[in-house]
Parts: sequence; C-alpha cells; structure tokens
Amino acid sequence: MSAVVTEADCPVDPTPSNGPREGAFGNAVALACRECGHQVALGPFYACPECFGPLEVAYELPAITREEIEAGPANIWRYKALLPVPTDIESSPNTEPGFTRLLKADNLGRELGIEKLWVKDDSTNPTNSFKDRVVACALSAARELDAKVFACPSTGNLANAVAAAGARAGIKTVVFIPSNLEQPKQVNSAIFTENLVAVDGNYDDVNKLASEIAGEEEGWAFVNVNVRPYYAEGSKTLGYEIAEQLGWRLPDQIVIPVASGSQLTKVDKAFQELIKLGLVEDKPYRVFGAQAEGCGPVATAYKAGTDAIRPVKPDTIAKSLAIGNPADGIYVLDITRRTDGAVEEVTDDEIRAGIVQLARTEGIFTETAGGTTVAVTKKLVETGVLDPTLETVVINTGHGLKTLDAVSGQVSAAATIAPTYAAFKATGL
Amino acid sequence: MSVSVRIPTILRTYTGGDSEVKAEGTNLAEVIDDLDARFPGVKGRILDEDGKLRRFVNVYVGNDDVRFQDDLLTPTPDGTEISVIPAVAGGC
Repeated sequence: MSAVVTEADCPVDPTPSNGPREGAFGNAVALACRECGHQVALGPFYACPECFGPLEVAYELPAITREEIEAGPANIWRYKALLPVPTDIESSPNTEPGFTRLLKADNLGRELGIEKLWVKDDSTNPTNSFKDRVVACALSAARELDAKVFACPSTGNLANAVAAAGARAGIKTVVFIPSNLEQPKQVNSAIFTENLVAVDGNYDDVNKLASEIAGEEEGWAFVNVNVRPYYAEGSKTLGYEIAEQLGWRLPDQIVIPVASGSQLTKVDKAFQELIKLGLVEDKPYRVFGAQAEGCGPVATAYKAGTDAIRPVKPDTIAKSLAIGNPADGIYVLDITRRTDGAVEEVTDDEIRAGIVQLARTEGIFTETAGGTTVAVTKKLVETGVLDPTLETVVINTGHGLKTLDAVSGQVSAAATIAPTYAAFKATGL
Repeated sequence: MSVSVRIPTILRTYTGGDSEVKAEGTNLAEVIDDLDARFPGVKGRILDEDGKLRRFVNVYVGNDDVRFQDDLLTPTPDGTEISVIPAVAGGC
C-alpha cells in the first residue's frame, strides 16, 4: 500500500496503472473531501491533502430495483451495488453480517408513550455489534489494496469484529487496546487473534499510536484510520435494512447513538441514496442523536445553537460512545438541524435504567450505547421534542453481555430461599 | 528550543518525504512558523484562514492534545516530540 498522496494523484485517476484491480471498489469512483470537495483516487487515504477534512466514498450509483436487492443474500451484500466492494464480494470469506431483526417494540412503546416503535437490533451480528458491518467493508478494502495486516485501535466491539473477521479471512490481525481494559473484553478479542497488543495509556493514546503506525508501516490496513472511508460506508446498510424491513419506506423518526457521529451520518446518507434511486418515497424524516452526559460534546453544541464542538475528556460508563473529539460531530449537527431532529444526552444512571427497561420490556439485552439510545428516546418524549404519534426506530448497536459490569450492580436475585415450597410461597411470587 | 515534529503522510510532499523533521520554537505557534520557513506552505495546511488549528487536525505536544492545553501557545520545551495527526475516531 502506498501511504503518500501526491499532487499528481489529484484530480482523480480512478484506475491508476499500478493501483487496485478494475471493479475493486464496485461503483465507487473516488474519495471526496466532505469539507472542500477535493477528490483523490481510491486508495488507502482518509484525510484530504488540502484541508485535512474526512474523505468519503463517492459513487456513480447504478439503477437498481427492490426486486434485485431482495433476491440477494440475507446479509449486507444484498446492497453490494451501493457499497465500495467488488461484485464478487460473497466469494471472499467474511463474517457475512447484517440483515438483523427489526423488532416491533410494543411493550417499550407503551412505557414510553410512543404509538409505533421499532428496535433495530444489531446485537445479533456475528460478534454481537454493528461493528461487523463496517469491518466487513474495511476487510474488502484491505484485500483489494493488498494489505498484509488487518488492524485497529479499540476498546471493545471493534477489536472483537476485526479479530474475528481477520480469522475468517485468513489475514494477520493486530489489535491495539488500552492496557487497563477489563479482562473479559480482552478475552473477547484474544480468542480470535494471538496479536492482541495492550498499550500503556487510554483510548486516545492508542488511537494516536495507530495513526502513527499507519503512517509508517507499509501494508497495514487500520480499519478506522487509513481505510476508514470504506469502513464507514458499512453503516449505510443499517439505513438500507430499516427501510427495506419497513416495506421500502423511511421511518418518521430515528434515534441513533453518537460517538464519532459516523453511524448517524451514514444512516442519513443511506436514506438519501434510497430516495435518489427511487427505492423509497421522498418524505420528511427526523434524525435524533443520543449521547452520554459524561461525553456529550455534540449535544452541548446542539443545545448552544453553535457549530463549534468543544472536545471533552470522556467520563461515562458508555465506553463505546466515549469519543471526546468526535470527527463527524459537525455533520451530526447539520443533519439533526436539517431534519428537525435534535441531539440529547443522559446520565449514567439513566443509561443503566435504559438497559434494564429494554430488557424487561422487549427481551433485548443491550450494551451501554443502546441504553443511551433508549434513555434519550424516553427523555425526548418527556420533553416534547420527539413526536410520540409518529413511527419511530431506535438502534441497538450491541449486546449487553459485552458491558455486564455496567448493570451487574443493578439487577440480582429477587430472593434467596430454602428449597421448600413454604419458602417459595413466602416470597409472594 | 529544538523539537522534533512527526509529519503525517499527507504533508510529506512538503518535507521531501521525511516523516520526522526538526524545528525551533518556544511554543507551538513558533514551531509552526519555523516549519513554514523550512517547508513553505505547510503552515497553511495546519492552520485555517483565521490562524487557528484546522478542525480536522490534532496536534500533540508530547502525548497531550494541545486543545486540552494552551492550543497554539502550548509550550514546547527543548527535546519535545510533536505529532500532527488527521482526526479520526471510532465508535458509532
């Protein structure tokens, strides 16, 4: 992998003679800067050489029908024509994530006062979080760019997904984590790879190290660094699936957790693409972002009515949302304001209550990010911001078994009794 | 004060491909000015039209993000290692 973008690369040569094979990135034609529009060739690049802005995959989208999509596999590759992957993507071993269930959540809806509520449950992906979607797209890019090492900095879900996808694909993986990460989370990744590297420092330190390694080492694909434009596109499949599972229509309202803000921006991008392609009716929809108070820089900026996002030092149990300097935060503000949505934040206690509420009403054990989304939805209804008469979807990004410590003190046995019928009756159950 | 600066790949066109260069300055602003004297044009890529750090650039003096210190006025003692890194993030 070349690590240097030169002026000669710009504007684009989509098929440089020594670059990836033709069709390596499907219908993608270039990487375009979200800030200034500058374009660079498809490659292992993630920051604009002009302004450092984030690069995003640009496409010439094909004409495609609902029937063609529905005839595809029951995973994210049914949308491969809309992703930066080759047409033969299914032939390369991968974890085949996606097409997770969209559950009608009547019990939770009753408790929250929402007439029609759905939960998009991504805890059923191969490694139990939405990260399998983005990692599958990053893995394809890594293969096409001839990467020798598949890597990431992570505090949990991403490390699990990268390690598992690498194992399935037969590519060397190296996963960097903060050395103080809880032992169960280390095991969840170490089971898939022998190259788990614990770094003395916090997540920001690990992220910085990964960026430096990506800039120095040839042949390393860091999923959320130098192949991030391809990786991030995987989150669009959440939006495609929600629309398809609703019968090819967009929801009226959707509530999405916000860490870097990537998922929210990609779900919006997916909805816009479906409208452009004529696959769904063009109708208004409202997008809401959910953050934790202990790391709510986007919510703070939203409430202040400003575009200036002040970085914070995260302090919340929602570790997967603990990005103090969210790279896509400005775009979350744009989208939520454009769609008459909002960005709201909740306390750690509210997050714990959200986890328990979803479990007790719908039988879904969510991680802290999902608890945040449920709690923010509740708060948005109570404050009159979210319209309870409109059809609403909330996204559950991962499984609660990954963050057991968050609620282990909240729930326990109702009673400890002697093994007798009398003792049972005494419980009043 | 002599410091070393790690250069991200997208700025190495200015440094002849070097990933690490030396510079002088008692604070980050002075270091960036000195870098620009040595490698003309590099300042305009790190700072915006108002002379502030571009939104998608993270600069670390030692291991600390300067946005949590004194921004461009962050002191750069002799021997300091400075890293310029495009903003990236994980999570949702």
